Amino acid sequence: MIKKITSRYEFFVFMVIVIFSIIIGAINPNFFKLENIFDILQSYSLTGIFAIGMLIVLISGGIDLSFTAIATITGYTVAVLLLSRGTQLNIFVVFLLAAVMGTLLGMVNACIIYFFKIPPIIATIATQNVYYGLLTVITHGKWLYGFPSWFGAFVKLKVFNLTNANDVRYGLSIVTVIWFAVILLGWFILRKTVLGRSIYALGGNAASAQRAGFNILRLQLFVYGFMGLMAGIGSVIQALLVQTVAPNSLVGKELDVIAAVVLGGASLTGGVGTVLGTVLGVALMAIMSNGLTLMHVPSYWYKVVTGFIILASVAAGAWRRKATSNKKVIIEAE
Amino acid sequence: MFRKNSELIVLILVLAGTLVMMLALNGPSFFKLGNIQSMAFQFPELGVLSLAMMIAMLTSGINLSIIASTNLSGIVMALIMTTLAPNGGSAPVVVLLALLAGMLVAALIGLLNGWLIAYLDISPILATLGTMILVSGFAIVLTKGYVISGFPKEMLFIGNGVVLGIPVPLLIFLACAGILSLILGRMPLGMRIYLFGSNPTATFYSGVNNKTVLMRVYLISGLLTSVAAMIMIARFNSAKADYGESYVLLTILACVLGGVSAAGGFGRVSGLVVALIILQIISSGLNLFGVSAFLTVALWGIVLIFVMVIKYLLEQRTLRSASR
Repeated sequence: MIKKITSRYEFFVFMVIVIFSIIIGAINPNFFKLENIFDILQSYSLTGIFAIGMLIVLISGGIDLSFTAIATITGYTVAVLLLSRGTQLNIFVVFLLAAVMGTLLGMVNACIIYFFKIPPIIATIATQNVYYGLLTVITHGKWLYGFPSWFGAFVKLKVFNLTNANDVRYGLSIVTVIWFAVILLGWFILRKTVLGRSIYALGGNAASAQRAGFNILRLQLFVYGFMGLMAGIGSVIQALLVQTVAPNSLVGKELDVIAAVVLGGASLTGGVGTVLGTVLGVALMAIMSNGLTLMHVPSYWYKVVTGFIILASVAAGAWRRKATSNKKVIIEAE
Repeated sequence: MFRKNSELIVLILVLAGTLVMMLALNGPSFFKLGNIQSMAFQFPELGVLSLAMMIAMLTSGINLSIIASTNLSGIVMALIMTTLAPNGGSAPVVVLLALLAGMLVAALIGLLNGWLIAYLDISPILATLGTMILVSGFAIVLTKGYVISGFPKEMLFIGNGVVLGIPVPLLIFLACAGILSLILGRMPLGMRIYLFGSNPTATFYSGVNNKTVLMRVYLISGLLTSVAAMIMIARFNSAKADYGESYVLLTILACVLGGVSAAGGFGRVSGLVVALIILQIISSGLNLFGVSAFLTVALWGIVLIFVMVIKYLLEQRTLRSASR
C-alpha cells in the first residue's frame, strides 16, 4: 500500500513541494502564515482553473495554445457589457455569458482539428493569432476599467474572516472556492464518467478508440469546448481579481499553464494525467514564484527557474519511463 | 517532370496570382525599385528562421525555441560588441568574436534540444517549449529587459549593406538556403532526415543512428537561429529579449505553404523560398494598402488554416483516386 503511493509520480511532486516549502519557510517564516497561503490560493486560482481545462486537452492527445486568446475575447465582451449596462446584470449572468462564449470558441478549434485533420498545435497557434489580431483591431488595444460596484464587491467575499496583527482582514477568497469547485468537476468527469474514460482512450490510441466505436467528433467537441469553458470562467476571475480588462494581459500565460500541467505528470502524447497531479503542479509553480519573491530574488530570474524546473522534471519523468521499460525487456528475456 | 514538381508549379502560379492582386490593389507603384529592395531587406530574417523550423518539421518535430534562441544569441553578440567596442566605429575583430560567440550559444541550445529529444525521448513540442522558457529567461536576466544598442559599422553592414545592388541579408539567406538544400538533397544526412520523418522505426532498422540524425537536425536548426540573430540585431542596430514574438506562427505558415508536411518526411527548400516570397509580397502589399499590422496577423492565422484545409482535401482526393 505504502509502496503503491510512494512509487506514484504525484508523490514525487509532493515531496519536491515539501522540500521547497521547508527551504523557503526556513529563510522567510512569513511563508507559512495563513495570510500568505490564502493569498497564493487566490492569485493562482486563475492558473489552476485553466490547468484543469488544459489537463483534459492533453489527456485527449491534443494541445491548445489559443485559450488565452479565447479568455481575452470573453473577458473583453463581458467588460464592455458591464460598462454599458452593468446595473441590469448580476454575477451569474456574467459567468454564464462568458462560459457560453468560451465553450463555442473552443468548439471552433475542435471542428478545425477534427474535420481537416490539422495537428492541434498548428490549428490553435493559428486561431490564437486570429483571435488576438481581430480583437486588437476592433478594440484598438484599449484598457477597460471602472466596473459597477457589485462587481468589485463580489470578489471581496470570503468564506471565513480573520484579522491579522495590523487589523487587516483576510480569509479564503470566493475565487479560490470556484477553483476548488472546478477541480472537483474535473475529477468527477475524468474518474466517474464514461466520457472521462473515453477521453483517456482517445489519448491513449486514437485509431483504436475510433475502431472501438467512440464518437471522436463528440469527444473532441467536449474536450476543446471544456477548455473554452474554463477560459470563459477564467476570464471573469481575471477581471474580478484585477478589476481591469486589457487585450494583452493574458499573452504568454498559456505556457505557464502547460508547464504546470506537465509538471503534474501529464504527457503531451496523450492518455496520461491526473487531476491530483495537475493541482500539485500548479501548487509547485505557485510556491516557487511566491518563494522567489519572499527570498528577494529579482523577478527576472523567475523565467529561468521555471524553465529549468520544467526541463528537469520532464527529463526525470522520461528517465523513469526509460528505466521501467528497460526492466520490462529484461523480464521478457527471462 | 511535371508530377515531380507539381507542388512547386502550383506555388509559382499562386505567386503570379498574388502579384496580379497586389498590382490591382496598389497600382504600378508596387513594382518600384525602392519597394522591391525594402522587401528584399525584410524577408531574410523570417526566411532563415523558417529554414530552422523546416528542418525540425521534416523529422516530424517542431522547434518552438527558435525565437528565444535567436534573441539570446543576438543578445550575447550585442553584449560582447558593446563591451569590447563601446563607441561603435570600426572593430572587425570584435565583430567576428561576437558572431562566433553567438553561434556557439545557439549551437549549445540546439544540442540541448537534440539531447532532450533524441536521448531522453521527450516529445519535440515539450522539449523545445521547455528550452524556450529557459532560454528566454536567460535573455531577460542578461538584459534585465532593456534594449542593448550601438554596434560597430561592420555589424551594421550585415543588416543594411548592399553588394552589387543586392542587400547583404538576402545574400546570407540565399547562402543558408543553398547550403540546406545541398544537405537535404545531396548528402547522406539529408536522405536520413527524410527517411526518419517518414518512418523512424524503419529508418532505425535500416542501420541509421536515429539519435545522431536528431542531434544534427537540432544543431543545424540552432545554428540557423544564430544567423537570423545576426541579421536581426544588425538591421535594428539593437538586441532585446522579446523581439519577433509573432514569428513562430509565420515560420510554420511559410513551411506549410511551401509544402513541408507537418507529419514529417516531405518538403523542399525551393518550395519554402517561393512561399516566403508570396508571404512577403502579401504583407508588403497589405502594408502599402494601409491594412493594420494586427489585421495582417489575424489574416496569417486564417491563411494558415485555409492552406492546411486545402492540403487535406487534395490529399483525400489522391487517396480516393489511388484506391480506385
